[in-house]
Amino acid sequence: MIETMTDWIEIGTLEDIPRLGSRVVRTTQGDIAIFRTAEDEVFALNDSCPHKGGPLSQGIVHGKRVTCPLHNWVLELSSGTAVAPDQGHTACFPVKVEDGMVRLSLQPQA
Amino acid sequence: MKEKLVLIGNGMAGVRTLEELLKIAPDKYDITVFGAEPYGNYNRILLSPVLAGEKTIDQIMLNDKQWYADNGITLYCGKEKEVVQIDRRKRKVITSDGTTAEYDFLLLATGSNPFIVPVPGNDLPGVVTFRDIRDVDLMLEASKQHQHAVVIGGGLLGLEAANGLMRQGMSVTVVHIQDTLMERQLDKAAGELLRKSLEERGMHFYMPAQTTAIIGEDRVRGVRFKDGSELYADLVVMAVGIRPNIELAKKSGIHCERGIVANDTLQTYDPRVYAVGECVQHRGQAYGLVAPLFEQAKVCANHLAHLGYARYQGSMTSTKLKVTGIDLFSAGDFTGDETTEEIVIKDAARGMYKKIVLKDNRIHGAVMYGDTVDGAWYFQLMRDGTDVSAFRDHLMFGESHLGDAGHGGQNKAASMSDSMEVCGCNGVCKGAIVKAITDKGLFTLDEVRTHTKASSSCGSCTGLVEQIMSSVLGGGYSAAPKEKPVCKCTDHTHDEVRKVIRQQHLLSIPDVMHYLEWRTPNGCHSCRPALNYYLLCAWPAEYKDDAQSRFINERVHANIQKDGTYSVVPRMWGGVTTPDELRTIADVADKYKIPTVKVTGGQRIDLLGVKKEDLPDVWRDLNKGGMVSGHAYAKGLRTVKTCVGKEWCRFGTQDSTAMGIQLEKRTWGSWMPHKFKMAVSGCPRNCAEATIKDFGIVAVESGWELHVGGNGGVKVRATDLLCKVTTDAEVEEYCYAFIQLYREEAYYLDRTAPWIERVGLEYVKQRIVEDAEGRKALCERFVESQKYAQIDPWEERASHDVERHEFVPLKLVG
Repeated sequence: MIETMTDWIEIGTLEDIPRLGSRVVRTTQGDIAIFRTAEDEVFALNDSCPHKGGPLSQGIVHGKRVTCPLHNWVLELSSGTAVAPDQGHTACFPVKVEDGMVRLSLQPQA
Repeated sequence: MKEKLVLIGNGMAGVRTLEELLKIAPDKYDITVFGAEPYGNYNRILLSPVLAGEKTIDQIMLNDKQWYADNGITLYCGKEKEVVQIDRRKRKVITSDGTTAEYDFLLLATGSNPFIVPVPGNDLPGVVTFRDIRDVDLMLEASKQHQHAVVIGGGLLGLEAANGLMRQGMSVTVVHIQDTLMERQLDKAAGELLRKSLEERGMHFYMPAQTTAIIGEDRVRGVRFKDGSELYADLVVMAVGIRPNIELAKKSGIHCERGIVANDTLQTYDPRVYAVGECVQHRGQAYGLVAPLFEQAKVCANHLAHLGYARYQGSMTSTKLKVTGIDLFSAGDFTGDETTEEIVIKDAARGMYKKIVLKDNRIHGAVMYGDTVDGAWYFQLMRDGTDVSAFRDHLMFGESHLGDAGHGGQNKAASMSDSMEVCGCNGVCKGAIVKAITDKGLFTLDEVRTHTKASSSCGSCTGLVEQIMSSVLGGGYSAAPKEKPVCKCTDHTHDEVRKVIRQQHLLSIPDVMHYLEWRTPNGCHSCRPALNYYLLCAWPAEYKDDAQSRFINERVHANIQKDGTYSVVPRMWGGVTTPDELRTIADVADKYKIPTVKVTGGQRIDLLGVKKEDLPDVWRDLNKGGMVSGHAYAKGLRTVKTCVGKEWCRFGTQDSTAMGIQLEKRTWGSWMPHKFKMAVSGCPRNCAEATIKDFGIVAVESGWELHVGGNGGVKVRATDLLCKVTTDAEVEEYCYAFIQLYREEAYYLDRTAPWIERVGLEYVKQRIVEDAEGRKALCERFVESQKYAQIDPWEERASHDVERHEFVPLKLVG
């Protein structure tokens, strides 16, 4: 992806997101869940489980995965793909952290 | 350069070991496989259905040749690639056509050979064994040209072969040396029922009879017996048993007895050589069922990957027969002796027989015929060594209780059609389960749960799912280790984790994971909430609760609903409310446009459909009206339900309402392994339904009856009577002591009912009723822990900004 083509939106600081937790960014196209791992990596997924639309932002974060609070589907934070044997995918958005500031792009990753 | 691993034997155990190894160490080895059969790896268990014409060879393939190519494995298969020599000094193997492969590690999975009865004529054309695809092909071929088959051997394998041949249109006689069929798995009574039912299907039996010769000249023509009698036959199947195939190992100087002797890491006496499967003798035992072999595979892979922590400690196995429409189950020692007792039910007209052998109030063995749905439960009780004295009087009637919900009262998988629902929670039909087992090659209950979701929620259909698995897969599909680990992140059990937390004074989840060498960096959604609870319970004053390790409901103190909104239930002590409280609730519902207001089963009012960001405001308003969190979301005290008692009721014997309020005021806010409900009834009419609560109190003229371990729901369980007490103070002390015992000893997510069934009512009585000092100490520990627990979480969040980030979006965009 060409850097200049991406619109990065400042959404807050790393400290605003609890470690092994998540916050929600509310957009006109729906909620986006922002996750922070134990190693301070940040990921962004469409806040809707591919199974029955559960809010992933409310799930338990472990490793680089999140468990949906409704029926325990597990999704990869880096891709939005369900962990086998479940099958499904939710949109994944680019995020970057620079000097403690978290920036999000609303263009889903291909 | 990669190390070299050579596998001899391309069967289920060996290839399963490779699969486990590739999962944990995909790039460690260059792998070469030698197999004597000219195929990829197939599911040997399903040869019976192939013989019976229910499946084709293609359908029972587990790994086709492409799989080996995809995983970079060199496969040599076929007769000429049979390994004939192992040169352990040069570390290489040599096949009959001279192919060689060097190894750093060698894995022997040579399986077993069918036992050939040593009688004249046993090598005549038309005499076959029942072991591999070639045998099945021979039998299918013979069934097209010939009419009369004799199967020698009335065990599991023989009966499956006989059934298959009968399905192919042959007239089949089973010859057995004993007078009971499957005598290693069945007692005489069950064996008789089995024989009768097979005879009704057209199978013939000739037993007891000892074969002395196979007769015929250029093809088999019959079988002769010790008493001189003869049976005509144009096909003879030898199915009298299998022997571990140890020839190659023995020739290479690897120590063998009945099988290749391996230790708890599946290593042989040559440290470079491992062995798994039917060829192995482990702690004096050889196994022929799939579940133990897969356990071995897992452990062996762990050591081949040089992780070095897994241990195989032997398996307890159970058997089921996979002949369509016949349900039988056996486990353990079902014969018994002078030290054991038997409980037997027999209803020959219904074709039903059950026998349980008990020793020291523990199940020692069981045989069932006709109705096997509780086999898994008995097997579990046997493995766990559970004391059954508390429920011995209804043990024979199985685990099901009056009012079981969720699977339409079905208890016979065999009589269900493919479209009938097995798992009511997740809407899974029988056909979907059968398809998943065959298409995806599943063998264990856990695998079926992961792939189909059947039996993965409430678990009430587990017996049915196991029946389906056994009808598809046959014997021994499941043999979990005696005590289950907390989750897949660790091998440690709940008890071990709790013990370490106390003994090592561990005070955080990372500390526990580090100390016990958790396999994942920060656990998973199963273990983190469990650890958080265990730490909280052990160190109420010191432990700092970890919000991120709590399920969402406990993190935000409300119940998540399917649309992502929440429900809010304010506490109403003992189910008693006031006009002011009701007005507050009504105002809140209006102000926040709460769509549904509902009365709950626990005598509370539920406000459903509250938006997450409104939660703190809703709580603030409820707090102002004098109400606190009702903890309807908590693994902890939920509600104390009461009747109006002697204050109003003409039958009331005690003030049940006041008692309920008092208990609720003292116990609210406590965290527990699972939800906990109480009720107080003012007389034995029991209007508060106290006998289906975790702790139920029924007033009588002379005092109070205390009942424990009940619940409504999926498996309705009525309480057991703990004891009777006379004073109000005693009710409180016993109640708090019981709660604390449950808090300290039950596994996370066990309600009181399964916990009591596991430890036994006698144990609970001993700790709470008989041991007065122990009771007082438990009670004190509970009261102490409540000092830190009774803080209204709603007020903290509504008025003191605790966990504020939970309730506001990080950012609004657009």
